[in-house]
Amino acid sequence: MTDLTADLTSLGVKEIRDGVARGDFTAREVAEAFNAAVAEAAALNAFIVTTPDHALAAADKVDADRAAGKELGSMAGVPIGMKDLFATYGIQTTAASHILEGFLPRYESTVSSKLWDAGAGMLGKLNLDQFAMGSSNETSYFGNVTSPWRKAGSNAAMSPGGSSGGSSAAVAARIAPAATGTDTGGSIRQPAAFTGICGIKPTYGRCSRWGIVAFASSLDQAGPMARSVEDCAIMLGAMAGFDPKDATSLDMPVPDWEAALNSDLRGKKVGIPREYRMEGTDQAILDSWEQGKAWLKDAGAEIVDVSLPHTKYALPAYYIVAPAEASSNLARYDGVRYGLRELPDGSGLQDMYAATRAAGFGDEVKRRILIGTYVLSAGFYDAYYTQAQKVRALVARDFERAFAECDVILAPTTPTASFPLGSMTDDPLTMYLNDVFAVPASLAGLPAMSVPATLNPDGLPLGLQIVGRPFDEQGVLNAGLAIEQRAGFTARPEKWW
Amino acid sequence: MSNYRIQGATGEWEVVIGLEVHAQVTSNSKLFSGAATAFGAEPNSQVSLIDAAMPGMLPVPNRECIRQAVRTGMAIAAQINTWSRFDRKNYFYADLPQGYQISQLYHPLVGEGSLLIEADEKAGIAEDKIIGIERIHVEQDAGKLMHDQHPTMSYVDLNRAGVALMEIVSKPDMRSPAEAGAYLRKLRAILRYVGSCDGNMEEGSMRADVNVSVRRPDEPFGTRTETKNVNSVRFVMQAIEHEAMRQVDVLESGGTVEQETRLFDPGTGTTRTMRSKEDAHDYRYFPDPDLLPLVLDEDFLAECRASLPELPDAKRKRYIEVLGLSPYNARELTAEVETFARFETLLAETAKAIGKDEPAVATQVANWSLSVAPGVMKALGDEGDPANATAAAQAAILAMQDKGEISGGQAKEIFEIVLKTGRDPAEIAETEGLKQVSDTGAIEAAVDSVIAANADKVEQYRAGKEALFGFFVGQVMKAMQGKANPQLVNQLLKGKLG
Repeated sequence: MTDLTADLTSLGVKEIRDGVARGDFTAREVAEAFNAAVAEAAALNAFIVTTPDHALAAADKVDADRAAGKELGSMAGVPIGMKDLFATYGIQTTAASHILEGFLPRYESTVSSKLWDAGAGMLGKLNLDQFAMGSSNETSYFGNVTSPWRKAGSNAAMSPGGSSGGSSAAVAARIAPAATGTDTGGSIRQPAAFTGICGIKPTYGRCSRWGIVAFASSLDQAGPMARSVEDCAIMLGAMAGFDPKDATSLDMPVPDWEAALNSDLRGKKVGIPREYRMEGTDQAILDSWEQGKAWLKDAGAEIVDVSLPHTKYALPAYYIVAPAEASSNLARYDGVRYGLRELPDGSGLQDMYAATRAAGFGDEVKRRILIGTYVLSAGFYDAYYTQAQKVRALVARDFERAFAECDVILAPTTPTASFPLGSMTDDPLTMYLNDVFAVPASLAGLPAMSVPATLNPDGLPLGLQIVGRPFDEQGVLNAGLAIEQRAGFTARPEKWW
Repeated sequence: MSNYRIQGATGEWEVVIGLEVHAQVTSNSKLFSGAATAFGAEPNSQVSLIDAAMPGMLPVPNRECIRQAVRTGMAIAAQINTWSRFDRKNYFYADLPQGYQISQLYHPLVGEGSLLIEADEKAGIAEDKIIGIERIHVEQDAGKLMHDQHPTMSYVDLNRAGVALMEIVSKPDMRSPAEAGAYLRKLRAILRYVGSCDGNMEEGSMRADVNVSVRRPDEPFGTRTETKNVNSVRFVMQAIEHEAMRQVDVLESGGTVEQETRLFDPGTGTTRTMRSKEDAHDYRYFPDPDLLPLVLDEDFLAECRASLPELPDAKRKRYIEVLGLSPYNARELTAEVETFARFETLLAETAKAIGKDEPAVATQVANWSLSVAPGVMKALGDEGDPANATAAAQAAILAMQDKGEISGGQAKEIFEIVLKTGRDPAEIAETEGLKQVSDTGAIEAAVDSVIAANADKVEQYRAGKEALFGFFVGQVMKAMQGKANPQLVNQLLKGKLG
């Protein structure tokens, strides 16, 4: 039994789904194995709450359906982790904040509903940076997540990336075969890169935002995090689709990405953006980028140089647009209707707002609310917000022009590998730089993926990023698959937890 | 030109008025959620997850609300912007669950238009005047705080939160309380014609923010104040009057008018400071990132246009030019939806009953509708049941009158019985003896006996004293107990007297 458990938790989405369908093992066995692995991994602090019963119930349903000869969904029997930014019916949904601690939604997000409909079950709600604001998973009210990875020869606790750090840690540690993430400015790709897994942010609008606690509405996108490109394709297929409840949702059919996976890149052009060659980028990252080019060339693609001239303005623009939207999106957490309420003796409405929000939000959230409030205020709006929107349009135009010359763009996902927890908490600007390669695709709403490439000399994973044209998730996944096949990335963190 | 002037101690002052009218859009559900909008429901019974701003909830525009605003824009001949956008107006208040109101600051749905207020001597409006309308935008209403439910806490009712409002912003084109009143009444009529707002000011479905400033005639605009949420035409006029006087007093005593937001107190008819410019909110408007720009296509616009009814000005013109009504009658009949609807139904019924076309009977029907029928109903008071005043019954009365079967006086008497009992007018005329005699033989006999009995007067008449004709008519009518058809009496008398 122990052996079987170990075997089952090493399986990915496709292997579990197909194994359950074939009858190699039952969905319940899979759920039990992962529930046990989750219970053992408390040291990672990847989950805010665990929901073993949810996973078991979903598994039993799949087993019963299979026994009854019913058709099984694309995620049938796969227990997943759910980033705690997705509202889940009757299960605490906090965005890793104190202000929403204990909040039990009476609704289910569109994306999680679709996953349950596809036969997935839930292992628990995954930790994250508070309100998805952070790149290291250190802003959670429920404590930081610790990466399962460690530097060679060191016991220092490392960052799993952020904001989807619970997701990346859980998938890398094999306590979940896959997890949902959300990406506003790199929050799927950066943690995926830090932990040696795959993660894709689809085109803005592919996945409904309904029921996802909003950070920056014009940027937020849900996506899957898993250990293979194919698993990402399967899970994205279950998550995506038009939703009339989200006015920004794409009213387009969802292609069968899994079926159309093809790593033969003959006839495809891969663009290398020269502006991504930035100072401060690790040599190992630059080396892996070179390696990536060689792999894609080997897969038949032609490598071309492209220019994205406004790249250096993307990060500052992002740190205006995202906080501006966040400052407004987070105004609803006011202590009036749900969540935390701090009502000091004799206080009025304004005092209640101040006390509730002071106690309910962490420092990074407050910082971004302040930035956002400032850039939208009278007299500064044009200089900041309007200007940032212009930059955003220019960044999008850069990509449009580049995609006239290539089919996908290859770049590093991050400028460095994972860093020790606590090493950057006093330096928010350096922390923000982590997303320098991820943010441009977010501003342009483009599909982008991180795929593990190699380990750096410290034994930490490095990821490569592929950015595609709007709606061309297939092109991104195919290039990702070509890299995956050539990288042969099989490294996994040694279990210390 | 308005000649309304405030006579100050130091000379004349002109008042400059602009109105921002908030009109609740008539629709079954809210602007961005599916929750119902009925007035008077139990507190918090019409609140969706979106209205309560639960985490992760998203607004989706309600097409019907947009349609109603576009139709309203078309009704004031305004520019319809086929590309518009929603903005967030950010501020904290307990009746505003999202912490922002979704509104349209930068790119409103409807651009410039105008409406006509008509000359009204009695109200002091010398001539017709066009009032410019700056824009109409759509936005969410807020909820309501209830302060009387608990000794130390306020309760929040979110039923109204998220209901669609049109904010209709006039230009500063009005120069007297009367013009502002006329503008409001006209706007209300247009909204009700179009069906985009029920115009019910008591229930709060229409309220006005009143911008007032004063200046010396022909000088530049003065500093304005804004008096919020005034909810009747009379109050708006009172607020203007009071606020203008107050500003004149301030200026004449050497002070300056502060740009500020004020509140109207209906009890005293006065305004007072709500918040000064220094306390003004910084609303941090920015485009709502949850919503895409609103793009209207030609089909949508064509449908909106096609669904517009005949509007007040066009109807009034038609009543005068086609139906031949007096300008007064035309204005009265077109002022309210109910009035013209009743009139047009009765007109059609009457024309059918008489067998003539509508213009031929329109004046008769108009006089009946505006003066005769209301007079009878008023005199009758509670004894009459308005439900009995069907178009069919009234048309039957008018037709009998038109054919000479009954006199005007008999028409009123019959209508009175109809109102009391709901009986059939023809049956009443028959049973109650309320018919004129149109029997030529009977009238002729009466004429003959009157002529015979008044030989001397007949002689005088024939000698040229034509004024005596009325005497003969009176005598014949008396002999007929007032029931003779006067036309026949005239006709026969003329013939016999030669």
